[in-house]
Amino acid sequence: MSVLVYTESWGGNFRKSTFEAVSYASETAKILGTNVVALSLEDVSDEELVKLGSYGASKVVSIPSVNKGDSQSASKIIAELSTDASVIVFSGTHTARMITPRLSVKLAAACITNVISLTESSEITIKRKSFSTKAIEIIKSNTEKTILSISPNSFGLIENQMDCLIERSDFIEKGSLIFEGQETASGKISISEAEIVVSAGRGLKGPENWGMIEELADVLGAATACSKPVSDIGWRPHSEHVGQTGKPVTADLYIAIGISGAIQHLAGVNSSKVMVAINTDPEAPFFKAADYGIIGDAFEVVPKLIQEIKKFKN
Amino acid sequence: MNILVCISSVPDTTSKINFTENNTKFDCSGIQFVINPYDEFGLTKSIMIKESIGGKVTVITVGDASVEPVIRKALAIGADDAVRVNMDPNDSFSVANEISEYIKQNSFDLIITGRESIDYNGGAVSGMISEMTNLPLVNACIGLEIEGNSAKLVREIDGGKEMITSPLPMVIGGQKGLVLENELRIPNMRGIMQARTKPLSVVEPTGNIMYTTSVSFAKPEEKAGCKFVDASNVSDLVDLLHNEAKVI
Repeated sequence: MSVLVYTESWGGNFRKSTFEAVSYASETAKILGTNVVALSLEDVSDEELVKLGSYGASKVVSIPSVNKGDSQSASKIIAELSTDASVIVFSGTHTARMITPRLSVKLAAACITNVISLTESSEITIKRKSFSTKAIEIIKSNTEKTILSISPNSFGLIENQMDCLIERSDFIEKGSLIFEGQETASGKISISEAEIVVSAGRGLKGPENWGMIEELADVLGAATACSKPVSDIGWRPHSEHVGQTGKPVTADLYIAIGISGAIQHLAGVNSSKVMVAINTDPEAPFFKAADYGIIGDAFEVVPKLIQEIKKFKN
Repeated sequence: MNILVCISSVPDTTSKINFTENNTKFDCSGIQFVINPYDEFGLTKSIMIKESIGGKVTVITVGDASVEPVIRKALAIGADDAVRVNMDPNDSFSVANEISEYIKQNSFDLIITGRESIDYNGGAVSGMISEMTNLPLVNACIGLEIEGNSAKLVREIDGGKEMITSPLPMVIGGQKGLVLENELRIPNMRGIMQARTKPLSVVEPTGNIMYTTSVSFAKPEEKAGCKFVDASNVSDLVDLLHNEAKVI
């Protein structure tokens, strides 16, 4: 018996969400009295792979020739490596959302997504986000093996140094999808993983005013986001839309500027630890959900905030 | 082009969520139900494909008779016929299993679901269907064009997008981008009238094997209340975020 953890890489590098999944797997292994085996697809260097040991992986199996977006092949190899595993842990990335359900069918294993807690005992019972974070569900696995996909940023990192043995597999498999290429915004922080998110709404009056939002995000090392109306009008790309039908946000700090706080918006962002609202309207519903608020004009408050944060950082 | 669109009946996005029966069941009282927004993007795209290259759009949903108004809305928007599997949708596996059984008995070129439903947010049904029917899968799909026997797709990846070609048939988990918000259709009177006579067949479930059991629900803890900072003292906010909240 063991806990298997899928460790996703991007261009040969792991991200925080990967180490978070390993930390989670390692804490689960303690509850079950077993060890953690990590699994890595695509080409990742030894130097990067051994980093998994810092969070509790005692072994990593690297399969360089499988494309992680090819869920047919990825789920096949993971199923083969899961014979001994009672729990298989993923971070809930876009790719994991394709692999986990296929793996669930292959292994006849429950697939529980949006996980936010450790299991209470070896009988897998878990808390997960439900109803677009308007509710928390307690759910029980009915199967021998269980797949857990954790909500990024909801667990955190726990260091637990292990000597990590690297094993390379020459498994070759290719599904029927043809991958034509990727476009990624280099240097930008992704919303789902960002510790700080700066988000703005219709209160900004027009797309030409986003310079200060980007500058604020820049000084904070934050990702930028926007409300649904703003993406619908086309002021900002759809990929920045956060809320119930956009991307979920679980940041340490969420700053909402000129966003009134409709229930659909709050549903997607309110699992952030600390929320700040800046709005001219003292009746804006966001102030009921926020931890800190400034009633004022974004065009005056935001430039001052940028200055103050610059001062603080120096 | 025969397209199957899997839809789910969910509480309207503005709904306040409550639970009954000792916090084990969702409280439906006073709730307006709608087509799951993620499914509606796929439904609209399917109708657009049918209009441009011909074919048929079938919608399928798993639920009791109370979900029929939502099915009728899908028919009013432009789906040709509908199937309801007469079972409570309590678990991703059992839902995917029923839909897959229907797919195996019929022939579809494309199966579209939403990326996830906005109620239980499992996000697993599209992937499970693809595995059960042994078809290729693209989830978080934000672009789709049909070219002969294959599909040109764009999927969202963390921090960008990826372009993919897939043979048909295949399974897609859709979201906004598949069509834009302003391309969504509001049923007109003619559509509503036609929907009343379009075929809606009810099939009984083949089995109800559940991999998970829902134990109970709770609502997130309420916030302690908002601490206001004067707009002329923005430095106080920085101070609070650093010393009190410890997030910067």
